[in-house]
Amino acid sequence: MKIGVVTFPGTLDDRDAARAVRIAGAEAVSLWHADADLKKVDAVVLPGGFSYGDYLRCGAIAAQAPVMKEIIKKANQGLPVLGICNGFQVLVESHLLPGGLIRNSDQHFICRDQGLRVENTSTAWTNQFELNQEITIPLKNGEGGYIATAAELERLEGEGLVTFRYIGGNPNGSMNDIAGLRNERGNVVGLMPHPEHAVEPGFGPDTSSAMRSGVDGLLFFKSVLHSLVNA
Amino acid sequence: MALFKKKSVPSGVDTTTNAAETPDKHQPWKELGLKEDEYARIREILGRRPTSAELAMYSVMWSEHCSYKSSKIYLRQFGEKVTDEMKTNLMVGMGENAGVVDIGEGWAVTFKVESHNHPSYIEPFQGAATGVGGIVRDILTMGARPIAVMDQLRFGAVENPDTARVVHGVVSGISFYGNCLGLPNIGGETVFDRVYQGNPLVNALSVGALRHEDLKLAKASNPGDRVILFGARTGADGIGGVSVLASETFDSAGPSRRPAVQVGDPFAEKVLIECCLELYKADVVAGIQDLGGAGLSCATSELASNGNAGMRVQLQKVLKRDESLTPEEILMSESQERMMAIVPKKSLKKFIAIVEKWEVEYSDLGEVIEEPRLYINWGDEEIVNVPPRTVAHDGPVYERPVAFPAYQDGLNADSVHSRGLYRANDNSTDLAAQLWQIVTSPNQASKSWITDQYDHYVGGNTALAMPDDSGMVRVSEESGLGISIATDANGRFCQLDPYQGAKLALAEAYRNVAVGGAKPMAVTNCLNFGSPENPEVMWQFKQATAGLADGCLELGIPVTGGNVSFYNQTGDVAIHPTPVVGVLGVIDDVARRIPSGWQDEGNNIYLLGTTKDELDGSVWSEVIHDHLGGRPPVVDLAHEAALADLLHGAAQQGLLASAHDLSEAGLAQALVESVLRFNMGARVWINEISERDNVDRTCALFSESTGRVIVSVGREDDVKFVGLCEARGIPVLRIGVTDNSGELEIQDLATFPLEDLRNGFKATIPALFG
Amino acid sequence: MPKIIVEVMPKADLLDPQGKAVANALHRSGNKDIAAVRIGKRIELHFDREISEADIANAKKIGEEFLSNAVIEDVVNVHVEN
Repeated sequence: MKIGVVTFPGTLDDRDAARAVRIAGAEAVSLWHADADLKKVDAVVLPGGFSYGDYLRCGAIAAQAPVMKEIIKKANQGLPVLGICNGFQVLVESHLLPGGLIRNSDQHFICRDQGLRVENTSTAWTNQFELNQEITIPLKNGEGGYIATAAELERLEGEGLVTFRYIGGNPNGSMNDIAGLRNERGNVVGLMPHPEHAVEPGFGPDTSSAMRSGVDGLLFFKSVLHSLVNA
Repeated sequence: MALFKKKSVPSGVDTTTNAAETPDKHQPWKELGLKEDEYARIREILGRRPTSAELAMYSVMWSEHCSYKSSKIYLRQFGEKVTDEMKTNLMVGMGENAGVVDIGEGWAVTFKVESHNHPSYIEPFQGAATGVGGIVRDILTMGARPIAVMDQLRFGAVENPDTARVVHGVVSGISFYGNCLGLPNIGGETVFDRVYQGNPLVNALSVGALRHEDLKLAKASNPGDRVILFGARTGADGIGGVSVLASETFDSAGPSRRPAVQVGDPFAEKVLIECCLELYKADVVAGIQDLGGAGLSCATSELASNGNAGMRVQLQKVLKRDESLTPEEILMSESQERMMAIVPKKSLKKFIAIVEKWEVEYSDLGEVIEEPRLYINWGDEEIVNVPPRTVAHDGPVYERPVAFPAYQDGLNADSVHSRGLYRANDNSTDLAAQLWQIVTSPNQASKSWITDQYDHYVGGNTALAMPDDSGMVRVSEESGLGISIATDANGRFCQLDPYQGAKLALAEAYRNVAVGGAKPMAVTNCLNFGSPENPEVMWQFKQATAGLADGCLELGIPVTGGNVSFYNQTGDVAIHPTPVVGVLGVIDDVARRIPSGWQDEGNNIYLLGTTKDELDGSVWSEVIHDHLGGRPPVVDLAHEAALADLLHGAAQQGLLASAHDLSEAGLAQALVESVLRFNMGARVWINEISERDNVDRTCALFSESTGRVIVSVGREDDVKFVGLCEARGIPVLRIGVTDNSGELEIQDLATFPLEDLRNGFKATIPALFG
Repeated sequence: MPKIIVEVMPKADLLDPQGKAVANALHRSGNKDIAAVRIGKRIELHFDREISEADIANAKKIGEEFLSNAVIEDVVNVHVEN
C-alpha cells in the first residue's frame, strides 16, 4: 500500500506523518505541492504545519496548489484523504469538508494532550476504532475553532458527519465541541488534533501507565490500510 | 578640480576615491558608537579616511555586540582551560557560528544560546521571534538540521504593569515563530525579578543534528567561487543606528527614520531551512553564513577573513524591499531570513535549480578572489576597499578596569543567620503555609500557561520536555541515540558571588541532564551582564567566566561556544549577573531516559546527597523574607560528577523509575513537582534528613544545597540500587514511598491533596497574565 | 499607483475572537461606549495602468472566491483608489 504525504512550503509534520504511515505498515510516498502527480498512491495525508505561512487564511493558498486540484478530483471519486490540523484547514478551504476554522477562543496557540471521542467509525480513517471510543491525541494549533452556520451544524449532526468531539474541555471554542469531520462518503476525514504524534511508544502523549506511551493515533493509519485491503 | 569631484560622486555615494580626496570631511564616528582611537585606527588601516560605507561596516563590526571587545580576554580561557581529553569529541570549538560535538554513530550535534534582550524590550513580539530565528540560522549554517529550541526568559516583577506587556509579547513571539518553524520547544526557564525591569533577558537556544560529513564552515577560500545572497529581500530592518550616516551623506533624500527593530517571517525561514538542507545534500555550497547582526557587513567580511581570501561584490545586485535604501543601509540592514552561500561555479546551475524549487529569491553578488581584500562596488563606484580581517577579526580588544564592588562585603555579611530571619521549624502550620506560599509563588509555580503555547511534539522525536528537568530528543531513529539539554542560571546567587554562581549554574544544568539519564558532554553559555564600562560589572564578568571555565575543567566538559550580552542596565543599575549555562548530554537510547515524576505506586523514594544549612540567596529567603544576602551554597563538582555517573549507570540498568533534581526551593519544590507530574501521591518523612545532616526542618525542606537528587525505585530494584549508591559513596536516604492516596503527605507537617496542590500550582501564572 | 481595495470582514453572525479580545481590552481601559469591535482585512490590488470596469469585476470575483472564505467571511466593499 502506498500512502502519499503532501508537502507544501511551510508544512511541518510531513516527516511525522510519513513515519506514522511506515509504522502502520504502509509505504509513505512524498508528494510535492507544485506537482499535480499523485504517483499512484492509494490514499493521501495532508499533514499539519503552516502552509504558505498561514497567510490570507490558514489553508487558503494551499487549497489552490496544483497537487490539490488532483486530490480534490480523486477525493470526489473516493480516494481516502486525511487532513490533519493545517491539512483539515486545507480540506475546508477546498470545500471537501464544510465549515471553517478560526482563531482559538483564548487567542493563544495551544499544545496539549487532548481527549477525543470517536463518534463515527464508518470512514476510511476510523473503521478500526470502537464507536464512542475515547482516545488521547496531541492537539497543537492557533486557529482550531470550528465554525459553521446553524443550518450546517444541524446537518452535520443530523447526518452523523461529526467524527471526533473534544472531551475533557473544549480547547479552542469549537462549535458543538467538534474536533473532526467526515464527508458524506466517508473517504475524506479532517481533524485538528495530530494522530501522527501518537503512534510510537516513548514519543506520544502521556498515559496512566507510562510517560509518552500513547499510541491511539496508530489506528487512523491501520484503518485506512484495512479499508484499502477490503476495498 | 570641481569638475572632477562632481564626476567621481555622481549619485552622492562616498567612494574610496572621494575618501582619499577629502581627508578632512567630518564623519559621524561618535554617533555610530566608535571611540576616537578606534576611528584613528581605521584611518591607519586604510591609509585614508574610511568611506561612509566602510565606516558603517567597521562601526557595526567593532561594536561590543559583534567584536566581543570587552569580553574577549576572558572568553579565551574557555579555550585554554581544557585538557586534550575534553577536546576528543569536539569537532568545532569556539569561534564558529556554533560548536559541534561528535555524539557517535557518525552523528554530530551543534548547539548554542544567544541573547536578544534589548530588541525584546523595545518590541517584545518581534524581538523574541527574531531571536529564535537568528539562533536557528546559526545552527543551520553549520550544516545541521535544527531539531529543537529552548528559551531562557527573565522578566521584571509580576506586579509591574510593564511586565505583562513584555511577557505577552515575548511568549507569543516565541510561540509564533518557533511553532511555525516546526521545531519542538523542549524547555527553558522563566524567572521574574524586579532587577530585570526594563531589561528583560530573552535568550534563545537551538540545537541541530548532522552527519559528520555534512559539516559546513563559514568561509570563502576558493577564488572564482560565486558569492550568492539568498532568502528574504533586504529592507530597512534594524538599521536605526545608520540613519545618522544617511542624514550626513544626503541633504534631504532618503527616509529620515528607519525602524530599529527587525520583523520576522517564520514561513520564509522554514522554507530557507528546507532549501539549505537540500543544498547541503546536493553538495553545492563551499561555505555558508547566515545574516544576523551586522548583516552583509558581517557575512562578507567573515566569510572572506575565515577563508584567508577576498571578495569582489556588486552591492546594487542586492534584492531590496525598499528601493530607497542607501549602500550604507544595505550593508548594515539586519533583515531576517537571509543567507550567504559561497558556490563553486560548476555547482551554480544546480544551486539555482534548488533555490528556485523552493521559490527562494537569490542574487549573485560577485566572486571570491585570491587577494585578501574586500572590494564592494555600488555600480561603477568603489565604496569599500578593506582587508576583511581588520573588519571581522582584528577589531579592538579592551582590558577594561575591574573593581571589587563596594557593596560586596556588606552584601555577603548580610546573611539569613545574621538577620535572624524567622524559621517556622517548630510550627507545622507556619511551615506548611510557607511551603504553599513558595510553590505557588510566580517563580516556582507551573509555567504551563507559557509552555502550552509552544509545540513540543513536532518532529516526533521529543523524549523529554517541560516540565521535565531537561529536554531530550532522539537523533537516530534506527538506534535511539539522542541528546538532552538543560540550561540554568541563578542571578541571585551570582550577585552574591559571581564565581560561585556561575559554577552553581553549571552544576545545576549538568545535574539536570544527568537526572534524565544522559551523559553530560559539552557546554554553551549566554553571559548577560550590565555595562562593561562599570568596573564593578566587569569584576562580576571576570569572576563568572573564571568560575565557569574552572568548573568545566573540573567536570571535564568543554565550552563549545556562547554569547555575551552587556549593557543590561537602567541608568546605573545593572541586572544581577546572569550567566545562562547550557549543558548538552548524550544518551545511547532515549528509551532509557528517566521520567522526572512518579508514575507507579509503592516505589521507594530516596534522597541522594546531603543537606546543609544553605538558605542565603534561596527562594525561601526571597519569597518569605524578600531578602538577598550572605553566601551562595557550596559546590562540589567532584560529587556532581560522581552523582551523574551513578544516575547514568542506574539508568542503563533500568533501576530508576524517576529522578528529579533538587535546586530552587529545595526538597519541597521537588516533592510537589514529582507528585504532580503524573498525579501519583506519596508519603514522605523529613525528620531523618534533619537527624542525619544536623539541619532544621526549614533547611530539610527549603535549603538549596547542591548535589542532591530524589529518585524513586521499584521494590525489586531496591537492594541493587542502594548497593550501587553505597559502593560509589553517594549518601542515600529513604525518605518516602509513592502511593495512590491522591495526596502528598509530609509526616508531622501536613497533608496536601493533589488536586489542591495542582490548582494552586497551576493558577498563579494564568491569574497574572492569562 | 491605481489600486483596487477589497475589504473582507468576518460574517456578522459569527464569533470574531480577535475583535472580542480587542473590545474587552478597550472596555478595561475605560472605552465603555464602544459596544463591539470587529476586525477584518483590507487587501490592496496594485496596478501599473488604468483600472477598467473589467478589473473591478474580476477583483470582485477574486474577492469572493479566494481572498475571502464565504463560510466565515464576507466581502463588504470593493472600490478603486488612485
